[in-house]
Amino acid sequence: MSTRRSETSAPALQKLAAPVTVVALVAIWQLVCSVGIVPSFLLPSPVAVVQALIGDWQLLAGHAATSLAEAALGLAAGIALGFAAAVAMDRFELVYRAFYPLVVLTQTIPTVAIAPLLVLWFGYGMLPKVVLIVVATFFPITVGLLDGFRSVDPDVIDLMRSMGASRTQVMRHAKLPASLGHFFSGLKISAAYAIVGAVIAEWLGGFSGLGVYMTRVCSAYAFDKMFAVIILISALSLVLMWAVGALRRRLMPWERSGD
Amino acid sequence: MAQLEVERVSVAFDGVQVLDDVSLTVASGHIACLLGPSGCGKTTLFHVVAGLSLPDAGHVVLDGREITGEPGQLAYMLQKDLLLPEKTIADNVALPLVLRGVPREQARPRALELFDTFGLAGTADRWPSELSGGMRQRAALLRSYLFSQEFMLLDEPFSALDAFTKADMHAWFLDVAERFGTTALVVTHDVDEALELADEIFVMRGAPQAGDPTRIVGTERISCPRAERSGFSLTEEFLEHKRRVLALLG
Repeated sequence: MSTRRSETSAPALQKLAAPVTVVALVAIWQLVCSVGIVPSFLLPSPVAVVQALIGDWQLLAGHAATSLAEAALGLAAGIALGFAAAVAMDRFELVYRAFYPLVVLTQTIPTVAIAPLLVLWFGYGMLPKVVLIVVATFFPITVGLLDGFRSVDPDVIDLMRSMGASRTQVMRHAKLPASLGHFFSGLKISAAYAIVGAVIAEWLGGFSGLGVYMTRVCSAYAFDKMFAVIILISALSLVLMWAVGALRRRLMPWERSGD
Repeated sequence: MAQLEVERVSVAFDGVQVLDDVSLTVASGHIACLLGPSGCGKTTLFHVVAGLSLPDAGHVVLDGREITGEPGQLAYMLQKDLLLPEKTIADNVALPLVLRGVPREQARPRALELFDTFGLAGTADRWPSELSGGMRQRAALLRSYLFSQEFMLLDEPFSALDAFTKADMHAWFLDVAERFGTTALVVTHDVDEALELADEIFVMRGAPQAGDPTRIVGTERISCPRAERSGFSLTEEFLEHKRRVLALLG
């Protein structure tokens, strides 16, 4: 009996570990604010942050819609570009040799550093934000797809050729499915980059978006609203990453077969 | 029904002569084994026969038609089952039909018709990772069969299996080959396997890396009909064949 109990309680404890930690930290935070160890204008209490989140909800939703639209557009363009780049580099060795170092280079560019340039070039609208997100997201996608294409056993490709398969058929039946896992790992990272990229680009100029809201409340020293928007950005990133995970489970049913 | 002729094939890689003047004929409806030590160039010859690489000299002829360097003429199967992990067994098996342009909805039923015969009943919607090694090899063989009923090239198809599964698979393979009148060329380094499966055994010998290109040093025709092979390995006749083959291998 006792072994059975420990078997059932241990995983439950493991699952509860993270939520309990978060609740404990929030409680300490609230205590520090209530007792007055830190003045409330420097560190708002969790209750104040939640109140700010609720109070400004409609405004926040509007700004969030803008940021999400930018993130979605940028991510879609990043996927399309990354996909095209990966297929071209897989097909032509010369293209790979010529462009792969460049792709790596785009990843070393600090996003924050080129954001002002993009704003100068493309104005205060959505375009500079979308471009920034494309630059930030297409690398993990390209590299993920390329790794996936190359993970196919060369004997599989020989076998398919011996069955008279064309390059397109090898891509469609062997390389693409094999790259899905790598693709989704890349997409998960890209999805998080996309939201953060949108916010950073909005800091530097724009008419709406969570980044714009952030700069406004920051210059007004409204730290409770600042914390509220940070929490919202985290939540949006989490939801997006979760959605990528859900899509992965949906599109890769063979991964579930093991358990 | 198909007859395969390999005529005077020679292959060199980076200045190393791997195959020297290799000729063999597999008669229609026969199972022939290509027996030789590891690293002697069996797989090189296989690639040439499958049309995946060009020989420096010589021809591959199927039913009187030259197919040298033309992939897509013969069914081809390796030691690894090479099932695509992202497709169900039914879709894996139907792949050669799909590659040929048959719509998936028509290809699947054609594959499924043969699942019972190949001992694959109930596996159609499973993933390859859920099947045992023996079952996966059956699926791979059915896939090869759907690609070409006429001629099969099998490169050590059973060597990754344990001894019990292997014995099962031999009996099963002989049964399937009998039923469909398949012609096959099977590469193996296992003398017993060759003696159990083949109508004739082509013995290869050579060590290309040591400057000794591989040739066919002899052919052993097995007297016992394929239908009477169960228990064959316990007979004096089997041992006589084995002695002669071992003598050829040196």
